[in-house]
Amino acid sequence: MTSLTPRWKTRTTSRPVAKAFIKPNDRLTSFERLQIYNRQYWFRIIDCFYDDYPGLRAVLGERRFRSLACAYLGKHPSSSFTLRNLGQNLESFLRDQPRWTRPRERMALDMARLEWARVVAFDGEARPMVSIDDLLGAKPTKLRLRLQPYLSLLELRYPLDDYLIALKKLSVESLRGEASNAVTQHHHTGVRQLHRPKAETIYVAVHRMENAIYYKRLTREQFLLLRALERNKTVEQACAQVDYASAEDIQSWFEMWASLGWFCQP
Amino acid sequence: MPANAFNNHTSYGIGLGLRVPHYQHILSNKPVCDWFEIISENFMVDGGRPLEVLDQILEQYRVVQHGVSMYFGSAEKLNREHLTKLKRLVKRTNTPWLSDHLCWGSVDGRYTHDLLPMPYTKAVAKHTAEKIRAARDFLEVPIAVENVSSYAEFHASDMTEWEFLSEVVELADCGILLDVNNIYVSAMNHNFNPYDYVNNVPHHRVAQIHIAGHSKYRKYILDTHDHPVIDPVWKLYARAIQLVGPTATLLEWDASIPSFEEVHDEALKANQFLHSLTRSEPVGIA
Repeated sequence: MTSLTPRWKTRTTSRPVAKAFIKPNDRLTSFERLQIYNRQYWFRIIDCFYDDYPGLRAVLGERRFRSLACAYLGKHPSSSFTLRNLGQNLESFLRDQPRWTRPRERMALDMARLEWARVVAFDGEARPMVSIDDLLGAKPTKLRLRLQPYLSLLELRYPLDDYLIALKKLSVESLRGEASNAVTQHHHTGVRQLHRPKAETIYVAVHRMENAIYYKRLTREQFLLLRALERNKTVEQACAQVDYASAEDIQSWFEMWASLGWFCQP
Repeated sequence: MPANAFNNHTSYGIGLGLRVPHYQHILSNKPVCDWFEIISENFMVDGGRPLEVLDQILEQYRVVQHGVSMYFGSAEKLNREHLTKLKRLVKRTNTPWLSDHLCWGSVDGRYTHDLLPMPYTKAVAKHTAEKIRAARDFLEVPIAVENVSSYAEFHASDMTEWEFLSEVVELADCGILLDVNNIYVSAMNHNFNPYDYVNNVPHHRVAQIHIAGHSKYRKYILDTHDHPVIDPVWKLYARAIQLVGPTATLLEWDASIPSFEEVHDEALKANQFLHSLTRSEPVGIA
């Protein structure tokens, strides 16, 4: 079976290869039988890509998104038993090959990062939480706090969190208009009713609480502090990143983040 | 043989696939359902809603795992990481048996996410059986392999699909998940008599049966799991039950999914065949 693979990489040899391995029947040639699988493969992974990246599709528009999907999935076919990981190389692909997202390279890249963060937030691991009480008496010079694996910290050049929420609302309203029992039908209709957002740098934590995904806006200081913790700095070192926050502010931030369950043991 | 070693000596009745559109209904209304089948890969995750829902389901219902990516027929060895995650799930669900497909679907670390047929030869059967044994030994739970629906056959095949399935399960000493819709689909696509298939598999190894709908195109049938079960498939199911005995039966409905009640009503049609079995009718042919 492995001997089949090298010969299927170039389209020009597909028909004779198919003929050599696959029997025709009274209705279909060997190649047509192979094509059933080929079509199903592309339908399946493109459908998954559409499901995971509705925001990117809105940013690029249908035509560019489809071209990107085919290019990306051609270069990065699934390398995992689960389609959940289909987009794991998308960010690096967009950085390496920005031509697929021109003229909105930055917005597309940030949207891809945000939508991947959603995937991580949905089913990423949650480790035992560290509560604020657990931190009492701990020495900031030695204390290191780990952030939950399902949490992503993002600096974005556009307010794409609001854009995604608005897109989802629009999509739900559109589905309601066609409401039936068939809630799993995929509606690959255009979602260009929303204007794309204007540039504005934001900092956002993508996380989950009680199985719902949230985008929590952060100030720049909060983002820098959390990112320092993420990079294994001590609490003291992380707080040193923040010049313009009072001790009381920082304390209230830690209380809030602990109550959100963001901290776990290293 | 309803209860056998391959379904861990259980006598499960009619079950449904656990599907996202039905979660809320099941968790809120707790409908009566003998058991649910879950797709293992959907729950081989590290956290989040999938596992929370699963745990709530496990509190109320019996669950059996069904996989789609073990790829017993692939040339490469079983993926250790996959097996480890799968075993973790097996312990969580306490599934009495675990099923996956008699197919291949990955090569050189690339996954098709499809269930691809294999050439039916003794060498392929031996290779496949070895992987099934290895999986069973690691997972420590009975395994049943499912016949897939297919759209291609290979020149290299020197036996029928049912002969190949029989060879694999005997060599692996494993069970069969007999998918009668898949038998029908393949029979139509490859011009064989589906009753030859049903009549000639080792019935004492059947752990579970699948029924489903499909889509008919001009030149082939596609196994889409998005329609009710058609009459010829019900008749094939009736024959299977006659040969195998009352066996855990699962209706697959995976796309264009209607309400829970509609899917459940469709599944419960199997009762007319299960209840029509009498003591005078032959049950099981060894």
